Amino acid sequence: MDRMLYVAMSGAKQNMLAQAINSNNLANISTTGFRADLAAARSMPLFGGSGHPTRVYSMTEKPGIDFKQGAMSTTGRDLDIAVSGDGFLTVQSADGNEAYTRAGDLKTDSAGVLQTGAGHIVLGESGPITIPEAAKIDIGRDGTISISQIGEGGGGATVIDRLKLVNPNVKDLRRDETGLFVLKNGDNAEQDDNVRVVSGTIETSNVNAASALVNMIELGRQFEMQVKMLKAAEDNNAQAAQILKLG
Amino acid sequence: MSNALWIAKTGLEAQQNRLSTVSNNLANVNTTGYKRARAVFEDLLYQNLRQAGGQSSQETELPTGLSLGTGVRTVATQKLHTQGNLIQTNNTFDAAIQGKGFFQILKPNGDIAYTRNGEFQVNSTGQLVNSAGYRVQPDIIIPENTLSVTIGSDGIVSVTQPGNPAPAQVGVIQLADFVNPAGLQSIGGNLLVETGASGAPVVGSPDTNNLGSLIQGSIESSNVNVVEELVNMIETQRAYEMNSKAISTADQMLQYVNNNL
Repeated sequence: MDRMLYVAMSGAKQNMLAQAINSNNLANISTTGFRADLAAARSMPLFGGSGHPTRVYSMTEKPGIDFKQGAMSTTGRDLDIAVSGDGFLTVQSADGNEAYTRAGDLKTDSAGVLQTGAGHIVLGESGPITIPEAAKIDIGRDGTISISQIGEGGGGATVIDRLKLVNPNVKDLRRDETGLFVLKNGDNAEQDDNVRVVSGTIETSNVNAASALVNMIELGRQFEMQVKMLKAAEDNNAQAAQILKLG
Repeated sequence: MSNALWIAKTGLEAQQNRLSTVSNNLANVNTTGYKRARAVFEDLLYQNLRQAGGQSSQETELPTGLSLGTGVRTVATQKLHTQGNLIQTNNTFDAAIQGKGFFQILKPNGDIAYTRNGEFQVNSTGQLVNSAGYRVQPDIIIPENTLSVTIGSDGIVSVTQPGNPAPAQVGVIQLADFVNPAGLQSIGGNLLVETGASGAPVVGSPDTNNLGSLIQGSIESSNVNVVEELVNMIETQRAYEMNSKAISTADQMLQYVNNNL
């Protein structure tokens, strides 16, 4: 059997995986603070025995995440924050370690513990942040959380804690299974005093709808070409059988 | 069969939920005391097909891996408890809360529900009730032959009666507040009920303990911003279309295989 069939088949399969990554980006086009995945194909030449590497399989992989900033959407809500420029909020992941996210649609639970919209506990400089009953909650540009009671002016505000804002090199980040970012080496990132947040705003998903759609069409056509190759292999085979029959 | 099909399906579902939320907000644009909701999305679990950093041989490791996202889900519809505009009605029994807090309403089953809607009336026995006829808590009874009723900013309800120049106090409207008002559950009829997420109510007189003050003769309009909701609607519709495009592309890919092999 001609190995061309298998090369084309692996191409088609890898195209479908890339299509899945692209669909996931499109599905998350309204997810607050979502970062798009990039898909790429890598050539995998096959060295077998003493022959030439004539067969080159393709392999889809996710070389990285697109960390471009998403659009800012103003909501006016006290607990909505967006990181302006580079940087991340620190949250607690399911296994208790630090993880990082751009989703700043914060809320409190019944005990006043600050969480993201998806329910991850937000970490401050001294661990989880509990916000007591207050008339107004302010989150400053540098992540300082203060509350004020009724009748108090700006001077009477009480500082609760400060968000742990970090700015690790995005090359060192990977996405864990729950969609949060963690450092590849498992360490915790250092607090960065230069990260700024804007209150009353959330950052939308950074998926570019137009390029995702074009990408989708391109992957669809590539897939068809692979299937054409499968068809050609089949035709070749049929022709060869025909010749043998004549003989 | 194809991941892309199912992933795009989750996208359609999420946008559908969002559109329901937007429509509900728009439908309640004139509902007194209504707080707008928004759909909160979260990306679903990632499948690790090939772990980055895995050994590709004794000496080398894979520089990048392949993990496939599996789509999106709606985690919550979050109520945004920002203050609505105050509208002057000059109606004696209308009261608006300026600041935090909720009126307490006794449901027929004996439970307390909470509302920001201060369009009150009196029933045949002179009790202060909401528009469904449920009693405001604590009970406030307006006596017969009352000339005028005053609701103070601190919730004190006083009446003047013929032949008596001094106003008589008949009760105090108390407000309840929660650590996490967004955790309250809407039950319709402009009412909210306590849940595990909201925390226990903290009851107090208006203008104390961080509670807002009452304004007689005003009501609080809904905090829905029509322009924002329309923009949300457009965005939702386009996102829905894109996800359905992804489904039809995945479908065409499979169809092409079927037709050509």
